[in-house]
Amino acid sequence: MIPRRAAGRAALALSLTAVLSTAACGGEEGERVLTVYAAASLTSTFTELAERFEADNPGVTVALSFAGSSDLVAQVISGAPADVLASADLATMDQLTAEDLQGSEPEVFATNTLQIAVPPDNPGEVSGLADLAEEDLAVVVCAPEVPCGAAAVALAGEAGTTLAPDSEEQSVADVLGKVRAGEADAGLVYVTDVVAAASDVLGIDVPEAAAVVNDYPVATVAGSDEAELAQAFVDLVLGEEGRQVLADAGFGTP
Amino acid sequence: MPPSTRLRTTWGGSDVGVPRWILLPAAAGAAFVLLPLLAIVLQVDWRAFPSLVTSEASRAALLLSLRTSAASTVLCVLLGVPMATALARTRFPGQSLLRALVLLPLVLPPVVGGIALLYTFGRRGLLGETLEVLGLEVAFSTAAVVMAQTFVALPFLVVSLEGALRTAGHRYEIVAASLGARPTTVFRRVTLPLVLPGLVSGAVLAFARALGEFGATITFAGSLQGTTRTLPLEIYLRRETDADAAVALSLVLVVVAVVVIGTAGQGRVRR
Repeated sequence: MIPRRAAGRAALALSLTAVLSTAACGGEEGERVLTVYAAASLTSTFTELAERFEADNPGVTVALSFAGSSDLVAQVISGAPADVLASADLATMDQLTAEDLQGSEPEVFATNTLQIAVPPDNPGEVSGLADLAEEDLAVVVCAPEVPCGAAAVALAGEAGTTLAPDSEEQSVADVLGKVRAGEADAGLVYVTDVVAAASDVLGIDVPEAAAVVNDYPVATVAGSDEAELAQAFVDLVLGEEGRQVLADAGFGTP
Repeated sequence: MPPSTRLRTTWGGSDVGVPRWILLPAAAGAAFVLLPLLAIVLQVDWRAFPSLVTSEASRAALLLSLRTSAASTVLCVLLGVPMATALARTRFPGQSLLRALVLLPLVLPPVVGGIALLYTFGRRGLLGETLEVLGLEVAFSTAAVVMAQTFVALPFLVVSLEGALRTAGHRYEIVAASLGARPTTVFRRVTLPLVLPGLVSGAVLAFARALGEFGATITFAGSLQGTTRTLPLEIYLRRETDADAAVALSLVLVVVAVVVIGTAGQGRVRR
């Protein structure tokens, strides 16, 4: 009993030391922090890329901040200390360049398209966009005011149908939530959301979606203290490794 | 120390002084609440205001909010009065635990309430199939909005009415009963009139809470103009594209809330 308790104490002491030394490291001169602002839909991919970047660059910590693209750009414009910005559409990145705050020319690193998400058993027997115009199905899309809703309207226009939504939600997450709960028979979300939801929802391809592509641009931010590191991170995202991570999550190649 | 360090209050008939230092934090608290309201007023684009608040979407949202809040207030009274009476006037094992549980929506984030409602009354929820057999489908309907609002507003009515019932005490009820009045008569002729002010203020609180409901509605009922998109949901959505419209509608919501609370307060003072 006693040796075990002693071992436990030793482990506790060790872990405490580890915590304290990590904390101490944060204050040292050698530690460098790269702050990356990325759209919420990039959460899993950029977390993985940040881990790889830290492994490739010892002594560098990547601080990630995920939020809606328009919120992120607004924060950067009002002086938030971001080194890299990756947004979910060109319009928000244009706001950054309009303020002349880009450190490098924005480059598109990924694309995303819409897909129909249905509950796994597909109770509404949805097979294509035409079904989403039916009144008796519970259909959920994003409101036209938000980017995913604007894309849904464009997609319907491309297909020549008028959607009959039972609810126009605030965000993709809200749409996916309603489909996941089985409350909706179908919803329009991004391909990457369907991939992330795994077996909770079933994705149905829409041929017309190829015409409504959402571009994801990335750029370094002007005035960054870590301009070199920022450029290295952008290169990682644009490079082979970045492509692979993004493709695994369902993103398209520009 | 001169006697003037204590403020005399003449209103309310109280002759007990209030320590002067209390006014400083009190004023800070009032400023903390009032300044943001003032900021909204200052932010309003008055030239565009009429067109912003009378647009079709705005009117639909305001009308829906008033209708659903009124409906949920009625539901709250129908369910909350018996609940408060049972909690204040009876004793049974596990009563305090039950009280804590039914008041839970007071402290729950409304989104959690919405998720709970979804898994209870949703199509695949606990009662979803039963409701479907009965031909009742609440998904994405105005009824779902009323349910969400009632869920979050009910505890406000129960708390304030139970407090009023306990303060009023049993005395008149015992007298009425001893004179031969049946329990229903006592409840109707003695208990209810006695706690009417408490009931009114509870109902006003419930209405105000229903009016401001956001999280449970967006999670449980969805958002569609004229059907489920209440004023708070409309404000949150407009924020995405049109900040001026969001501010203008926020002011409308504030004014409606002030009018509701003010009217109720006025009624109580006059009594």
